[in-house]
Amino acid sequence: MREKVLAAIDKNSKLTPEDLAIMLGSTPEEITRLIKELEDETVICGYPTLINWDKVQCERVTALIEVKVTPQRGLGFDKIAERIYKFDEVQSVYLMSGGFDLTVIIEGKTMREVANFVSVKLAPMEAILSTATHFVLKKYKEHGLPLVQEKRDERMLITP
Amino acid sequence: MRNPLSKVVKEIQPSGIRKFFDIVSEMKDAISLGVGEPDFDTPWHIREEGIYSLEKGKTFYTSNAGLKELKIEICNYMKRRYQMEYDFNKETIVTVGGSEAIDIALRAMLDPGDEVLIPQPSYVSYLPCTVLAGGVPVVIELKGENEFKLTREELLSAITEKTKVLILPFPNNPTGAIMDYDDLKSIVDVIIEKDLYVISDEIYSELTYGKQHVSIASFPGLKERTIVINGFSKSYAMTGWRLGYAVGPSIIIEQMIKIHQYAIMCAPTNSQYAGIEALRNGDSDVEMMRDAYDKRRRYLVHALRKMGMECFEPFGAFYVFPCIKKFGMTSDEFATKLLQEEKVAVVPGTAFGDCGEGYLRISYAYSIENLKIALERMEEFVTRLNKNN
Repeated sequence: MREKVLAAIDKNSKLTPEDLAIMLGSTPEEITRLIKELEDETVICGYPTLINWDKVQCERVTALIEVKVTPQRGLGFDKIAERIYKFDEVQSVYLMSGGFDLTVIIEGKTMREVANFVSVKLAPMEAILSTATHFVLKKYKEHGLPLVQEKRDERMLITP
Repeated sequence: MRNPLSKVVKEIQPSGIRKFFDIVSEMKDAISLGVGEPDFDTPWHIREEGIYSLEKGKTFYTSNAGLKELKIEICNYMKRRYQMEYDFNKETIVTVGGSEAIDIALRAMLDPGDEVLIPQPSYVSYLPCTVLAGGVPVVIELKGENEFKLTREELLSAITEKTKVLILPFPNNPTGAIMDYDDLKSIVDVIIEKDLYVISDEIYSELTYGKQHVSIASFPGLKERTIVINGFSKSYAMTGWRLGYAVGPSIIIEQMIKIHQYAIMCAPTNSQYAGIEALRNGDSDVEMMRDAYDKRRRYLVHALRKMGMECFEPFGAFYVFPCIKKFGMTSDEFATKLLQEEKVAVVPGTAFGDCGEGYLRISYAYSIENLKIALERMEEFVTRLNKNN
């Protein structure tokens, strides 16, 4: 049931415990208890909203930064990752396999702000060997949901 | 001038759905729960394969019975999902949707005067196709108290010396009823004893909830007298591709191929390439869609019962078939009034046979958000009806 609940709210966190109980064949009490449990275990870490910022008059830029670092003895990459993700500007940090070590996703109001962050905060960190900053031009899909086209129901209204 | 029309064709009634469609399409911003096809797009990897086949210039006829690779995949699928073995070469035909398979199966098997048993409520084409093939349709009126399953008694009482074919439309459109192993077992010996052939329309076989679909052809002695019809429309959300198939005894399939060869040539080539991809790599898509339908199904049944509508739990397809008899209106009146007052379109049960009177077909091939809005409107409607009564 835990997996079922997670799968159901993965794409839509607005479903109420009552709705979930009906859809999954459970009781609202059990669903509420499970969700609480999952929150306590930080399996569920938050409920952000997926916003297409391009559609509102609000300047925002997103950049993806490839970072090469020197791992620290005994701590691996975790310590340096933590130093990076603690900045408010940082949206996501992933440890990568392949040509570089960390992917850091930054959001800022302007390109200058992001550039500033990289040159003043990120690049000078001791463990960081190099950075490569890529700005996002347009977002097409996030969290499994397309941001661009609006889906219209193309079916005829009544069919056998 | 002579009358240009065939008497047989003129006698056939236009589909009841058509009439309702005309009313709905004039209504602006109506919410429809009247659709008999999935709301999902065909999974991208399947569409992509169709596109790729066009790019490669696969724009020619295929062999009449269908691409060999597709027929092999169909037989693999029948074995994998239903433990039934068919010869891809002699016992398989790829058709233009399940609809064509129904038509040519009947035409291959019927002589004038042969009777065909058609359980109703059911899909709209069995009866006219029987008439067009020169057969005599004999309707078996299924009952709400049996949750619209075909019982042994109903079957026995409809059989005459002229009965040749039984149509078995389960999982059922419009009722959502399924026939599970035990239900089927109870009619198997009747079919053998009375020497009937079966056309088993299993187009919704992937959409059963809680119980795995069982094919009548998997019972001993039934494979040699059953044409199983299936297709890609419902399971892979591929309605517009027009791709279906039939498997069964070679003696019948051979004749079906003959009709198909003269009437159709072959199923659309690009759809066939997409179909191969669907059967090879589409299992997880089917699972995802089934899971989504199941949630909506529970949601819809719960909401309908909450507003005081009587409805049995459907375990197949994507329809709920609530009873509206207590409101003292015909299905047609109820559906029309619901459409006019609340702009929610559902299909009157009578569109699927006279015994659908007193019922509505409500489809849950819609997002939960859509269902929510429609159900709120329906609830207001029902509350108003209750007050006025």
